[in-house]
Amino acid sequence: MIVRDIVEKLGLKVVAGSKALGRTVTGGYSADLLSCVMARAKTGNVWSTLQAHPNVVAVAMLLELSAVIITEGALVSSDVIAKADAEGIALLWTPWTTFHVVAELAHLGIEAQE
Amino acid sequence: MADQEITRVQKLKFRVGQVMTRNVIFVRPSAPLLEVKEIMRRQRISGLPVVDSNGALIGVISVEDLLRSFGQGEFNATVRKNMSKSLITVSDTDSVDTAAQKFQQTGVGRLPVVNARGQLVGILTKGDITRGLLHEIQTETQDEEICRYRASHIFHDVESDDTSLLLRYTVAPRDFNNGGGASSKIKRTLTRLGTDSQIVRRAAIASYEAEMNLIIHADHGGQITAKVDALQVTLRVEDDGPGIVDVRRALEEPGYTTTSQEIRQMGFGGGMGLKNIRKCADHMHLESEIGLGTKLEISLRLHQDRQGN
Repeated sequence: MIVRDIVEKLGLKVVAGSKALGRTVTGGYSADLLSCVMARAKTGNVWSTLQAHPNVVAVAMLLELSAVIITEGALVSSDVIAKADAEGIALLWTPWTTFHVVAELAHLGIEAQE
Repeated sequence: MADQEITRVQKLKFRVGQVMTRNVIFVRPSAPLLEVKEIMRRQRISGLPVVDSNGALIGVISVEDLLRSFGQGEFNATVRKNMSKSLITVSDTDSVDTAAQKFQQTGVGRLPVVNARGQLVGILTKGDITRGLLHEIQTETQDEEICRYRASHIFHDVESDDTSLLLRYTVAPRDFNNGGGASSKIKRTLTRLGTDSQIVRRAAIASYEAEMNLIIHADHGGQITAKVDALQVTLRVEDDGPGIVDVRRALEEPGYTTTSQEIRQMGFGGGMGLKNIRKCADHMHLESEIGLGTKLEISLRLHQDRQGN
């Protein structure tokens, strides 16, 4: 499964990194505490979080995540978008809750990689 | 590629003039419509730009225009009387995303491209943009590959008894917007040096946590120095205060943190930073004194098998 499939099936809005939609999704991870993400998200995972500040992009890039889903309709500022575009990180946005997104992802067959 | 994606390609550096098709079939205003019909049939196109003797774009003639004219029995009419003069064009110096927006707003399939003097210089389709995009991605990849090739040979090319590379980064206090910037550069450099991806990952996680600690806690920010030699990468992270109140708890006790509530709301300060660093490092040394500052040194072996564990 690639990021574009998730965008289409979940009806997510691509707010940045449209060049990165061809990346393969290896699994999923969800947390709002960045150190948790650093410790446990795996390369190629799609990360859902309600955090939407510039550091989210740094984390996604350092871990080589396939995409970030910003949940709960969190406001994504233009500097975050610019940073994600520059780094080629797909930022996907939805008004849904993180739980809703994770449930949908699981329904698509995306699994946790413990 | 979907339209909404095309409009999102904001960072594209190239201009319409670089991706457009240059050999454009056009007609003169004096051309008879029957001739236009023949050109359209042979070339399988549904519209043609109309260009005057100075090369200026003055209109567009479409299949619909022909049908309308023929429907009225005007078989001998010329282009001039039947062409559409309301033109949607792009300039050859426009950025590609301007053109992409025009495609989306107008719903047209192709746009005539004009220069500053209004002369027709090309034609642009969505396919041209996609091709340009793919070309740019390819070029970026090639550039990165060249960087990697050059960097990965540095330890072979430089002759000495012991070669090491020293990378220094200054981290400003409370600079959350650039948080992870130094770590990103360290990661990129290690990758270019040909470092194993798992080791790059561990170094990136450790340096990120250390960098965020400088941003969150250090009074005046601090310095990160990454020393890379043929055997290992060593990260030294130093600041001049305030110092860690309880080093043992910071290292051992899950969730122990001194981070303010405000910063924790951004997802930092979970009391995991130093523990994450220790997990990633082969060796770690931490010294901290209240009022004087903190020195952290960690190292990761680049070749796990050769060194043993």
